[in-house]
Amino acid sequence: MTISKLTRRGVIKTGAVTGAGLALPTIFTSAASAFTNEPTGSTVTLGFNVPQTGPYADEGLDELRAQELAVEHINGMGDGGMLNTFSSKVLDGTGIMGKKVEFVTGDTQTKSDAARASAKSMIEKDGVVMINGGSSSGVAIAVQGLCQEAGIIFMAGLTHSNDTTGKDRKANGFRHFFNAYMSGAALGPVLEKAYGTDRRAYHLTADYTWGYTQEASIQASTEALGWETVNKVKTPVGAGDFSSYITPVLQSGADVLILNHYGGDMINSITQAVQFGLRDKQVNGKNFEIVVPLYSELMAEGAGENIKGVYGSMNWNWQLQDAGTKAFVKSFGEKYGRPPSNSAHTCYVQTLLYADAVTRAGSFAPCAVAEALEGFEFDGMGNGPTLYRADDHQCFKDVLVMKGKDNPSTEFDILEVVEVTPRAQVEYAPDHEMFGGGEASLGECNNGA
Amino acid sequence: MEAILLQILNGLDKGSAYALIALGLTLIFGTLGVVNFAHGALFMIGAFCAVVMQRLLGLSFDQVDPSKTDFLGNPLVVQMPYVEKWFGPEIGAAIIDWSVPLAIFLAIPVMIALGFAMERGLIKHFYKRPHADQILVTFGLAIVLQEIIKYFFGANPIQSASPEAFAGSFDFGVLLGFDPNVIIYPYWRMVYFLFAALIIGGVFAFLQFTTFGMVVRAGMADRETVGLLGINIDRRFTIMFGLAAAVAGLAGVMYTPILSPNYHMGMEFLVLSFVVVVVGGMGSLPGAVLAGFLLGILQSFASMNEIKSVIPGIDQVIIYLIAILILLTRPRGLMGRKGVMED
Repeated sequence: MTISKLTRRGVIKTGAVTGAGLALPTIFTSAASAFTNEPTGSTVTLGFNVPQTGPYADEGLDELRAQELAVEHINGMGDGGMLNTFSSKVLDGTGIMGKKVEFVTGDTQTKSDAARASAKSMIEKDGVVMINGGSSSGVAIAVQGLCQEAGIIFMAGLTHSNDTTGKDRKANGFRHFFNAYMSGAALGPVLEKAYGTDRRAYHLTADYTWGYTQEASIQASTEALGWETVNKVKTPVGAGDFSSYITPVLQSGADVLILNHYGGDMINSITQAVQFGLRDKQVNGKNFEIVVPLYSELMAEGAGENIKGVYGSMNWNWQLQDAGTKAFVKSFGEKYGRPPSNSAHTCYVQTLLYADAVTRAGSFAPCAVAEALEGFEFDGMGNGPTLYRADDHQCFKDVLVMKGKDNPSTEFDILEVVEVTPRAQVEYAPDHEMFGGGEASLGECNNGA
Repeated sequence: MEAILLQILNGLDKGSAYALIALGLTLIFGTLGVVNFAHGALFMIGAFCAVVMQRLLGLSFDQVDPSKTDFLGNPLVVQMPYVEKWFGPEIGAAIIDWSVPLAIFLAIPVMIALGFAMERGLIKHFYKRPHADQILVTFGLAIVLQEIIKYFFGANPIQSASPEAFAGSFDFGVLLGFDPNVIIYPYWRMVYFLFAALIIGGVFAFLQFTTFGMVVRAGMADRETVGLLGINIDRRFTIMFGLAAAVAGLAGVMYTPILSPNYHMGMEFLVLSFVVVVVGGMGSLPGAVLAGFLLGILQSFASMNEIKSVIPGIDQVIIYLIAILILLTRPRGLMGRKGVMED
């Protein structure tokens, strides 16, 4: 019986020795590398953290398509897409600094804890130098915090809450997507032109960080027009049936309903609002109107007929006619048979911007990359001249005001671009009160290791 | 006053869905003694029958329209539905418009077949096992069904509109002498309420007035004696499982214009319906229906701004609070009988 030779003491001793032995190499390597996951071989690994299951899985899938395409283009395959139109010309199709780009994916499940777990696993097990993607502000803020601690660059995907580059901004985190304040600033003048200055607004708001900042932003910009805010009601995320929140709207004397909802919630709330006949009503002698401040193509597809004539805003749309957009839509459309969504666009651009920043910095070290991104001015990526502001790591560019099209010819052009709001109109000070005021700070950049 | 009337109306359609699902749950529990956690998934699959019907009717062939171009600049390929080709554009469009009610004819056979398959293939083997095992296996089944649906239909909600004729809403307020626009209620939700009432009435009549129903009721009361009388009660119970599945499925089909179907809608309804069954009294059919409407209406009340501003978040917990209250004061639920799940 060999088992009898095992003693408690013996097991502990062996365990301790083995443990120390296993730990030893990491102690040496971490001392040798200057930053977390320094790529030493002929390849470099990027981590794409997107919702692959759960309610935003379709959007995550589209982000993944775009990220895969970006890696192809960086590695010199395909037609190069936006690399042909990007104002910075340092990327030459040989990967990043001569290293071939590989990627791993994680599933955020649109839950902060799951997203952190998958990001952590990609950092620790797969050795990624950067994390990109995602489709919720709650998730983005959680993963951004994790990347800051780990010493990894975080290139945010679709996140629209002011907090991501406001009170929760981080030195290692960068956001290309626009935010709720910009939506408010862009929508204001269009709403004034369409609906006048004498309106009474009623907000239904998703009960989490993004909902709050969007509600505050839209309230501020509509009140600046002279509108009155009648009521603001928080609705639980995933409520499904919004009828009990919608029916009091007409009684309140409001003549505009503002839906601070996203994804499935937005599809259901607007569908139900239309069912209740809100858009056929006359209140205060005016037509009752609905506004959806943040649009996405996938949501619009889901809401179908109900969004005809409804205003909203977007970061980018495939129908734009600039050279960058055309190049991207062509390579994405030929590969996947459908135009890219605006979350796909932002993830694609973020991946290229990261690769470009590393090359310009001549290093994968997060602090060097951050420095290269800070204050970086570029063009040719579909949004016109764009600035990555150093103070808060927010991109500043034109914002699109969209409207549900009356007669869409295909399932893809349900929305039309009403106005391209110039960048100057959506800019704000880095210490703006909606963005954490003077106390908000990026903190120190972290190289990790 | 208007607000109260309004919330009662709002509660009716939600309550109808709860009542229909709870009715099926109770039927299965009462006849087979199985706690079926896959019942919400059956509701969800019913909803997707409507989506399938919509897609079937929308099946199209490609027609190139050279006068327009697609997003890549190629000539636009227009989808021409077959039904419009066969029946002419007007009748064809009308058929597509009515896809949700038409889906009932698809849902009934599909749901009954699925119910039979579930009962014969899986649940049969769990009759003599503890309730915990039954809950685990049916819960697992629900997750499998969800993932299958997600694989084929994606994660986004899929909109399916009610027929044009039922679009818009009815102004109840004017009827009762209130100002216009105060009490409005969509036509489709009225249809749903009437539909639910019809189904509930049908199930009760079936159990009350047919020989089959009589045998089933006898079996619910004393399975062994009915078996000793030479009646094959097992086969009848299988049929009841199919019937319960069909009820859940029909509840789902007709609910699609109210709530765009997605793969996880079943879970949300399952938990609430289970509470409904417990509040109504395990094994009591009238209890399930009564509790369904009661909780639906209470939930609507709790979502009123006036109440939410006093007790924030009450809309999320009201149903569970009521369940606790009722279980504390009436442990068998509103209409529960002695001896059910108490051995």
